[in-house]
Amino acid sequence: MDSSSQAVVRHHAPPQGFIRKYLFSVDHKVIGKQYYGLALLAACIGMVLSWLMRIHLGWATAHIPLLEKLSPAGAPGNVVTPEYYLSLMTMHATLMVFFVLTTAPFAGFGNYFLPIQVGAEDMAFPRINMMSFWVTFAAFVVLILSFFIGDGPALAGWTSYAPLSSVGAVAGPGQGTGQTLWALSIAIFCVGQLLGSLNFITTTLDLRTRGMSLARMPLSTWAWFVTSVIGLLAFAVLLPACGLLVLDRVAGTSFFNPAGLVVNDQALPHSGGSPLLWQHLFWFFGHPEVYIAILPGFGIISTILPVFARKRLLGSRAVIGCMVAIGFLSYMVWGHHMFVSGMNPFSALLFSVPTLIITIPATIVVLLWLGTLYGARMRLSTPALFCVGFISVFITGGLSGFFLAQPSLDTYLHATYFVVAHFHFVMAVAAMFGIFAGTYFWFPKMFGRMMNETLGKWHFWLTFVGVYAIFMPMHYLGLAGNVRRYAAFTDNYLAPLIPVHKFITIAALFTGAAQLLFLCNVIWSRFRGPKATDNPWEATTLEWSTSSPPPFDNFGGRHLVVHHGPEEYGVESSSGDYVMQVSPEKVAAS
Amino acid sequence: MASTTSAPPPGTESDWGATGGGGGGLQHGRPAPVSTFPAAVRPSQTGIGVALAAISMMFAALTSAMVVRQGAARDWGHFELPGILYFNTLILLLSSFSLELARRRFAQDPGLGREESHGNAGQSAQVLYWLYATMGLGLLFVFGQLVAWRELAAQGLFLATTPSTSFFYVLTAVHGLHLLGGITGLAYALHRMSRSTGSRPNTALGVAVVYWHFMDGLWVYLLLLMITRMNVT
Repeated sequence: MDSSSQAVVRHHAPPQGFIRKYLFSVDHKVIGKQYYGLALLAACIGMVLSWLMRIHLGWATAHIPLLEKLSPAGAPGNVVTPEYYLSLMTMHATLMVFFVLTTAPFAGFGNYFLPIQVGAEDMAFPRINMMSFWVTFAAFVVLILSFFIGDGPALAGWTSYAPLSSVGAVAGPGQGTGQTLWALSIAIFCVGQLLGSLNFITTTLDLRTRGMSLARMPLSTWAWFVTSVIGLLAFAVLLPACGLLVLDRVAGTSFFNPAGLVVNDQALPHSGGSPLLWQHLFWFFGHPEVYIAILPGFGIISTILPVFARKRLLGSRAVIGCMVAIGFLSYMVWGHHMFVSGMNPFSALLFSVPTLIITIPATIVVLLWLGTLYGARMRLSTPALFCVGFISVFITGGLSGFFLAQPSLDTYLHATYFVVAHFHFVMAVAAMFGIFAGTYFWFPKMFGRMMNETLGKWHFWLTFVGVYAIFMPMHYLGLAGNVRRYAAFTDNYLAPLIPVHKFITIAALFTGAAQLLFLCNVIWSRFRGPKATDNPWEATTLEWSTSSPPPFDNFGGRHLVVHHGPEEYGVESSSGDYVMQVSPEKVAAS
Repeated sequence: MASTTSAPPPGTESDWGATGGGGGGLQHGRPAPVSTFPAAVRPSQTGIGVALAAISMMFAALTSAMVVRQGAARDWGHFELPGILYFNTLILLLSSFSLELARRRFAQDPGLGREESHGNAGQSAQVLYWLYATMGLGLLFVFGQLVAWRELAAQGLFLATTPSTSFFYVLTAVHGLHLLGGITGLAYALHRMSRSTGSRPNTALGVAVVYWHFMDGLWVYLLLLMITRMNVT
């Protein structure tokens, strides 16, 4: 297909009325903001849950005010019970992985900026896009409901391993209605994501404007595209898995329930099922999921870094290739979550090798970023700080991955705090830094106002120091043998580690408090921030060729023609040291 | 700001409705198949491809789960597949055939039922007839699947009886639900047909047609899977 063919022009009139403009809107920009708002809400709830966990870990008998009101069964006398600790942990992870890390960088920024960056008027299927948000929102409501109805929220972990998750209410609090609601919520979430991926892929392939070849797409668009392909295939596997889980729980089937289970003195009638089957199905989704969480961050950093380095991204084609390679390889490594499940060591080798191979494209990307920074005269605004911070924390988190990728080491480190440190660095911190970088970068475009730089810089430095204070000690804890998912440490070899936990908790509370700077900045700037120009950062991609915020149809009826890729920074031009993608100006060969 | 008009390249292959008969010119007194608007049609083509990829992946996951479960324990439990399944298969194949008839007639006259229609009223009536036939056969298929379930239940084979029956019910249910979605899609295409103006390929119909044929093929795959893995030999 001719890659420079005209984008389809669809003339839908601007919506009228509050409901059509802000609530049930087909405008991808509104949908993107809705996703982002959902992610922000989920992040706040998830963070509060993590504080409750951390306080309990440091001070196991601590009385946390008002907790009994939230959950009389889970926290009698305002003290977290072990079961409730597991519920907090499950809900924290579920909210963060699904409703923050899959939602904000991909569905949030992607929905807002992918159509604009390719020069389209809207996504390919605007009504399906609207549906995808409201389906995701419904999934969120179902999940949150589990706090308030039934016997408490699910407690089997965000990984929901069978048979704990598949036997039903007999397993105790949180394993009745709560776990069923969890499975239903995630199944609904899968549908929402599949609808979203449908739009991303179709828009990227078919609605690019004239001159916007695939090679000229910004790297953020490439990242969203690869992420949506990964997501399409991964969520399509999680959906039936959750369906089978619900059937095991309510219909008496034995997909995952083996024979001979006796739970709480009750012999269960199931037989023949395989808990390992759940693990395979889940992790076949679960590993691509974590790349869904991080790849948009790769794209965002690759797009933002050149803007503030005022240099073209080193090896941008290689970065694209690496992102595609990571996407492809992500489907071959799921077994590295199952090294201690009793698998044949040869199978472990078959998973370990691609896991180590996948570090190669990731490392190449990091080195190319560092190469971009080398010799650059940086404009260290807040987005740039978060980009550099992203690189730092991603390297830190990635390094621990090398250890975990080896079955011999993972045998010891599996299910310890070493793993917790690893995935928090690469997901909770790096992906969050990607979200922060994207927010500070794109806020002027989305809301027409600049965010406060001083607050932003304070936010960055406090967060940067804070996350290292929280998660670096966890490597030590893991090596010392501190098992994860324990509600309390009462025995002789774990009790001496409690002071470390206390330190981490205090760091977590301080870092959490620092996020208030971000929240205040967002809210205040939304209404009172200085007005933003069309292109305050002097960037080249298409979103900066339109007003801040963009008009309803993104470009005011213009059909943009693209003449360059997004990498023209540090070149001599009539507008300074950059050439925008839509500028017909020729770039002098350097 | 430079911009171009989009003149669709003539005679491209990426259209939904026009088939056979080659490029322009009158043939047998009928007008040439409708000229194509690849730019307008393309997203729906990509979209249905993407959707079918996701659905394929879902059934691949179920197939994989089934294979693993069968090997996990010795309680699989073969049973005799209800005979009506074969009749249902025939119904579904016929429905694909009737849908093809509808599609080809539509391609010859996309200005169906409106003033722009070149052909005779009988032509447009035929399209509707074959579309309704397809939907009817589809509903008959779903009904037949429910009869198959009743047959199994009469033998005491329910969802949780054995792993093989569990997968039988799950696979047929998921496929049946998707087929009901296909019937909805056809109804929507009919709705669009009566509302759209101008001589354009009906993208809703095109999407529905691809989806339907895929569901047909998928059913054949599932039937073969069930025959080889669940049926008593």
